[in-house]
Amino acid sequence: MASNGIRDRVAIVGMGCTPFGEHWDKSVDDLLIDAAGDAVASAGVKLDDVDAFWLGTMGSGISGLTLSRPLKIDYKPVTRIENMCATGSEAFRNACYAVASGAIDLAMAIGAEKLKDGGFSGLTISSPPSDGTAAQLTAPALFSFLAPAYAKKYGVDEAEMKDVLTRIAWKNHRNGALNPRAQFKREVAKEVICNSPIVAGPLGIFDCSGVSDGSAAAIICRAEDAYKYTDKPIFVKALSFVAGPAAGPLDPTYDFTTFTEVVRSGGDAYAQAGITDPRAELAMAEVHDCFTPTELVLMEDLGFAERGFAWKEVLAGTFDLDGELPVNPDGGLKSFGHPIGASGLRMLFECWTQLRQEAGERQIKSVVEGGRKLALTHNLGGQPGECVSFVSVVGSEPAA
Amino acid sequence: MAAGIVAWGAYIPYFRLDRAAIGATLGNAAGKGTRAVASYDEDTTSMAVEAGRAALAMAGGADDIGSLSFTTSAPSYLDKTNATAIHAALGLRSCVPAYDLGGSVRSAFAAMARGQQLSAAGGRPIVTLSDIRTGLPGGADERDGGDAAAAFVFAATDAVAEVVAVAHQTEEFLDRWRVPGAPASGQWEERFGEHAYAPLGEAAVTDALKAAGLTATELDHVIVTGPHARASRRVAGAIGARPEAYAPDLGAVIGNTGAAHLGVAVVEVVERAEPGQTILVLSLADGADAVILRTTAALPAAQAAVAADRRLAGQIAGGRTDLAYATFLTWREMLHREPPRRPDPVPPAAPPTRRRDGWKYGFNASRCDVCGTRHLPPARVCVNCRAQDQMTPERLADVPATVATFTIDRLAFSLSPPVVAAVLDFDGGGRFSCEMTDLDPSEVKIGLRVQMTFRKLYTADGIHNYFWKAKPLRSADEGSK
Repeated sequence: MASNGIRDRVAIVGMGCTPFGEHWDKSVDDLLIDAAGDAVASAGVKLDDVDAFWLGTMGSGISGLTLSRPLKIDYKPVTRIENMCATGSEAFRNACYAVASGAIDLAMAIGAEKLKDGGFSGLTISSPPSDGTAAQLTAPALFSFLAPAYAKKYGVDEAEMKDVLTRIAWKNHRNGALNPRAQFKREVAKEVICNSPIVAGPLGIFDCSGVSDGSAAAIICRAEDAYKYTDKPIFVKALSFVAGPAAGPLDPTYDFTTFTEVVRSGGDAYAQAGITDPRAELAMAEVHDCFTPTELVLMEDLGFAERGFAWKEVLAGTFDLDGELPVNPDGGLKSFGHPIGASGLRMLFECWTQLRQEAGERQIKSVVEGGRKLALTHNLGGQPGECVSFVSVVGSEPAA
Repeated sequence: MAAGIVAWGAYIPYFRLDRAAIGATLGNAAGKGTRAVASYDEDTTSMAVEAGRAALAMAGGADDIGSLSFTTSAPSYLDKTNATAIHAALGLRSCVPAYDLGGSVRSAFAAMARGQQLSAAGGRPIVTLSDIRTGLPGGADERDGGDAAAAFVFAATDAVAEVVAVAHQTEEFLDRWRVPGAPASGQWEERFGEHAYAPLGEAAVTDALKAAGLTATELDHVIVTGPHARASRRVAGAIGARPEAYAPDLGAVIGNTGAAHLGVAVVEVVERAEPGQTILVLSLADGADAVILRTTAALPAAQAAVAADRRLAGQIAGGRTDLAYATFLTWREMLHREPPRRPDPVPPAAPPTRRRDGWKYGFNASRCDVCGTRHLPPARVCVNCRAQDQMTPERLADVPATVATFTIDRLAFSLSPPVVAAVLDFDGGGRFSCEMTDLDPSEVKIGLRVQMTFRKLYTADGIHNYFWKAKPLRSADEGSK
């Protein structure tokens, strides 16, 4: 990987995150105003102090005007970004690079999505005019290829596999029950998850993330300026993003048990951050649990478990809030839903909260007691074999 | 070395409606037996493609076909030619003309006669006949109709039958009719049609026999088809042929398949006839058209060239008979069901469709000239070796494939949920994901052997979106492996 990274050159000095859910009474303008307001307040600055903005939204507006119009931003650069489910993370990555370049002193990365105005079940994506030959499968169907493929490859029987997927959903809902910003703030019994109506393949409704509205934002400055704004800045250790060649759908050797794009972006991010053993070094990870088998496969692709063993680690509680490496401590997409442009920044907000030891009931003990100071966020957009992937690592300590 | 039919193909759709299911729902007497039902993703165009593929496979390919015609009483488009889609899906050369011939059952005979005439003049046409017969719920057309297609390749030599005599009778009278766009046909009192048809049919047969120098008892096979079942039975009886000469009318299993029925009946006879036999074919549709054929020595070799899974007897005996009447009504748009809470399907756009018609209609993949990797859909840059613009198109429509993995999508829009989707690995290389059809979700499994079939994915804004799906290979010699 010829990726140099910008380790410890920029820092997050303020963040905001709205509650996620069915905001029938709020427009995307309202959500953006709320998240931006919380972020600047958190950094102790005024909106006018921010020099440039990166807005991530997939379908809730086009151009920088989507942000500048409601906030009445005065003639500043506002870049609108779309990169499928990594949209929010991409707003953050590009804002970080602008600050690292020296061109900008203070930047805002903000993401928002208003899904519940559409009136449809599940996510919908409008495509450019086409010849009509592309398969019209839904996202749960595309991701449902993972579970039987994984089970077959590693000799996991159907009942065991159901237990594994159920436990992932159960764990994420359990975490979300402790989070006031979550869409679903309650635990869900394993029997309910396991017996939920089937949507696609072996996936039931509780194997799928929900549909919600939300917004989150971060204020970014150069690392040397960070302590001017806060005693507890969070430093950017690594940013990696890859778009794959979409080889999976063409390649008979692709077996639906891995996301090559995630392996590549994860490896790149670890190299940038100087991480050699992510499971031992990270305090937590926020990963893209769009569907329960996605989280299972990600545990191996991100190096949190050996190939073929993630299912056992899931059952053993390795990724629970009180486990060896908590995954999705805020409740994940499972508890938050997936307002696409906002999700990546919502994940970052949990890293910010945990590493600053402000997570209350959800606070990860290793941050407080064990001296773990690094957190990871991950998004993927697309489908198995054909996706984009983003991985960031952030930490609470500046460069040594 | 006669000119005439050298290859054929019949297509009977997979589904049958048990007539008892109509009676069970509507509380009337709906008769016995079943009728063939085009699936929700089929229309007369797609069924003509399937019959045409069978005929071309038997004829040794599409390369030397000189013209295409398509006849149906239920065209999917008016004003726009339907035969051009069939032409594209069969992979015919661009210099080959493609025409729709008529919108009535009688046009079937005309299409066959034209095929014969073109071949006599040295041509090699393919003639396709296809129909979907609808009727209002509880009516005779719904009950007794059927859906099917047939196709014939004609050539200047080596025909399996030569034409001995033809005769016609034409008269204007009102027996059945349909205004364009109407869901069903109207019909005058049944006994009036019988009264009008009987003398026309008898005169045509008498003239044909006279021209051929034959008597009725010398006929080896007699086919009488037409939309008026009672008139057909009466005329058939009046011909006076030997009882064993009469071909079965197929109504008990597949129903009367309208403009396709003449073709299906001819296939039924030629697949079992012997060389040197006479066949009378009488079409009673807005008049009477009769032809007497004599089979040739080329027949046995042609019969042997019919692929096992394409034989009509097998297709008739196969099929699935548990189709619910409510599902049938939904497929024929007689019952408008609540759609899922998903966006409406988007119609295909004309320019991208035209740019990719080799893929969309012809199912032409591309094979990398450098490393041999197959790409579905065709690509300019090789996924394996990254060579650019070194690709050769390769038609995979007739190449079998194996299911690598699959899923059942209960959320996606379909007229017949749930959608079954599979990842396919083609024999000889190449992977592609697509919908499956003509199977129960419980049938799909890893390793299932499948073949491609041309279908109508959906219709949006009045535009039919045609593409290929996979269906199980059900022939005797191709199990799952």
